[in-house]
Amino acid sequence: MRKDIVGSLVAIVLLTVGFGLVYPLAMTGVAQVTFNRQANGSQVERDGKVVGSHLIGQDFRKPVLENGKPKVDEDGNPVLEADPNWFQSRPSQSDYSANVTFFNNLGPNQKDLADLLKANLDAYLALERPHTPGLTAAGVPVDAVTTSASGVDPHISPANARIQANRIAAVRGAPLDRILTLVRQSTDERAIGVLGEPGVNVLELNLAVDKEFPVR
Amino acid sequence: MTWQGWFQIGLYLAVLTALVPLLGGYMARVYLGQRVVLERVLGPVERGFYRAVRTRPDREQDWKQYAITTLVFSTLFWLVLYAILRLQGVLPFNPLRFSGAPWNVTFNTTSSFITSSDWQYYGGETTMSHCSQMAGLAVQNFVSAGVGMAVLAAVIRGFARRDTDRLGNFWVDLTRTLLYILLPLSAIGTLLLVSQGVVQTFTGSVTLTSLHGFEQVLALGPVASQIAIKQLGTNGGGFFNVNSSFPFENATTFSNFVEALFILLIPAAATYQYGKMIGRVRQGWALYVAMLLLLGVGIFNAYYQEARPTPALTAAGVTAPAVAGSTGGTMQDKEQRYGIANSTLWASVTTAASNGSVNSGHEAYSGLGGLTPLSLMMTGEVIFGGVGSGLYGMLLMVLLTVFIAGLMVGRTPEYLGKKIQAREVKLVAIGSLYMPVIVLIAAAIAIGAPAGQKSIYDAGPQGFSETLYAYVSQGNNNGSAFAGYTGFVQPNAPGNKGATGVPLADLLGGTVMLVCRFIPMLAALAVAGSLAAKRPAPAGPGTFRTDSPVFIVLLIGVIVIVAALSFLPALALGPIVQGLTTQLF
Repeated sequence: MRKDIVGSLVAIVLLTVGFGLVYPLAMTGVAQVTFNRQANGSQVERDGKVVGSHLIGQDFRKPVLENGKPKVDEDGNPVLEADPNWFQSRPSQSDYSANVTFFNNLGPNQKDLADLLKANLDAYLALERPHTPGLTAAGVPVDAVTTSASGVDPHISPANARIQANRIAAVRGAPLDRILTLVRQSTDERAIGVLGEPGVNVLELNLAVDKEFPVR
Repeated sequence: MTWQGWFQIGLYLAVLTALVPLLGGYMARVYLGQRVVLERVLGPVERGFYRAVRTRPDREQDWKQYAITTLVFSTLFWLVLYAILRLQGVLPFNPLRFSGAPWNVTFNTTSSFITSSDWQYYGGETTMSHCSQMAGLAVQNFVSAGVGMAVLAAVIRGFARRDTDRLGNFWVDLTRTLLYILLPLSAIGTLLLVSQGVVQTFTGSVTLTSLHGFEQVLALGPVASQIAIKQLGTNGGGFFNVNSSFPFENATTFSNFVEALFILLIPAAATYQYGKMIGRVRQGWALYVAMLLLLGVGIFNAYYQEARPTPALTAAGVTAPAVAGSTGGTMQDKEQRYGIANSTLWASVTTAASNGSVNSGHEAYSGLGGLTPLSLMMTGEVIFGGVGSGLYGMLLMVLLTVFIAGLMVGRTPEYLGKKIQAREVKLVAIGSLYMPVIVLIAAAIAIGAPAGQKSIYDAGPQGFSETLYAYVSQGNNNGSAFAGYTGFVQPNAPGNKGATGVPLADLLGGTVMLVCRFIPMLAALAVAGSLAAKRPAPAGPGTFRTDSPVFIVLLIGVIVIVAALSFLPALALGPIVQGLTTQLF
């Protein structure tokens, strides 16, 4: 027993130093040298300024104005709505926070969830239907109105992007073909052609669109 | 469901199966004391470690000594981890200046990581300093996994040996596990993950102005090195609160495949390691096939259910089907890049193995879809299960099956030629029934006591499901959650000031995790100790074969029946009710 205690204490010190310091320090050193961009968050720059991460979704909404002033909710936070000039990310339960993350956590039979989804669906239809005539609830891709797991899903589905492309082409005065080409170029395909689902990277897409067709 | 989805699931299982003999054979070499290539580099470290802990590697222990060393080591490490987590405010590597979490939350967290559960009431990026993550939690990812694998090696020796009471040397098994299995695989995994975009840096965070003018703070840290071992060691504790759905923890569809593979890799390979070490490879494959079949049912159910909209989605009118360019189904709390197939595959493997990391929010799963993670845990984590602990749990179920088969034909039950007698059967009964008893009592307390209801987030039967899931998960050292259930209330204040725990949830959960980790461990070691002393009888014409399809079916039957008898009434109150109605609550 006494031998076990002494041995354990020595082992605890050695294992903590080895696996708690040497291992992560060594891996950080190697990672910083071999994959510097990825190890630091795959940051995306525009005009020399960091504007985001390739992997983290962003907010493309704008404040709702009421009598010329930003509208606030009962907690005093500004009320936001989709900005029609930009491709919209998936809805987020965390306002696209990349440092305080949580799931939505409403279960499959929760009325609160149905209400939230209904509101998201109505907003999506109101935004897109003027530019995509005949769009109905049954045609709205599921990802466009559900919140993602991380709250910062960088992707939307290609079907969602195709619908939004009609609006972007109209409000930015761009040929639809060109916008759809940019959508394709911003799509992260299935890895090795097989894994996962294709997703359109909203930040990269908005950067590409804004470069060619600035907001009028 | 799409053919691409099924193809990916098939590919995953094929790659896993192909790796089983490769890694399993290697692991057997490590535990049989045979030379492995890495000894050329790490041999001096291994021998130096033996000198430092004052053990003679050729001196083996009997089951009691082995158990005592394991318990002493785990107890002391519990104390050290508790101290690190509580004192993080004054320790280095704390760029965001977090103070320690309250004592009851820390009790839960410490118990959680010592037992390889990695149940997390706290949000990683809003609670833990880099020091706590690296020197506290990530160390346990290695060590608690290593302890489980070491104990398994000792248990297997009990099955393999004859006329002895010696099962091996704990320090040798632990050291060789860490140096020759977990360390090299983690290093490879870290680099694979970093190449995909999982971050690995000592910068705390980067603040930027987004393209549309919002301030966004990117939380960073030494993530990849921790995630690699979190998956390999069936730990599952994330660096970030939303775990492996967060892109800095699981960046691409490729990193997702690697991480999902790592979840099952070692528990799956352990079946082959077992076959090698007892000198009968077919016996190991039989266990692998039984596990794979049960997992397959779980995956099918989850994928099938989640590919359809839940009642809440249907009520809102969100029912678009899977078409070109869109996944359809229940995408609530799921990531676009994983879609339905990879989210449900992950939910299945992470609960089959006692890993518990998640890449989607399990709470949003439909009532019947949520049955997959719940029931895979309710089998006592023997379908692959935790590294080490899964297979020694499975071996107890094997003995139970052999015993029942023996009763049916009226022969003294035998396994590997060794007679299974009263002592072994008693231990097996303890080892297979302790969990349902403890889990159901804990869940009943948490549901019944007013102090327990503070933890519940969702109304109606989902609130019950949350609670049941919480104690099933902790009682099986899994760590995944219906994450609305909480034991830690964090106001969004800098440095995590003003955070409080929910004492009942914290203490009950922590205790459940500790008890449910060490009871089966001791039961398995005791069984191994008594089997090691026996002399196997040669197989005769009346011997019941334990590597045949009949045995596999019987084993599956026993596992399912034990779990169903224990948990079906509880399941009927939560997930089954929700699955059978379209009513909203």
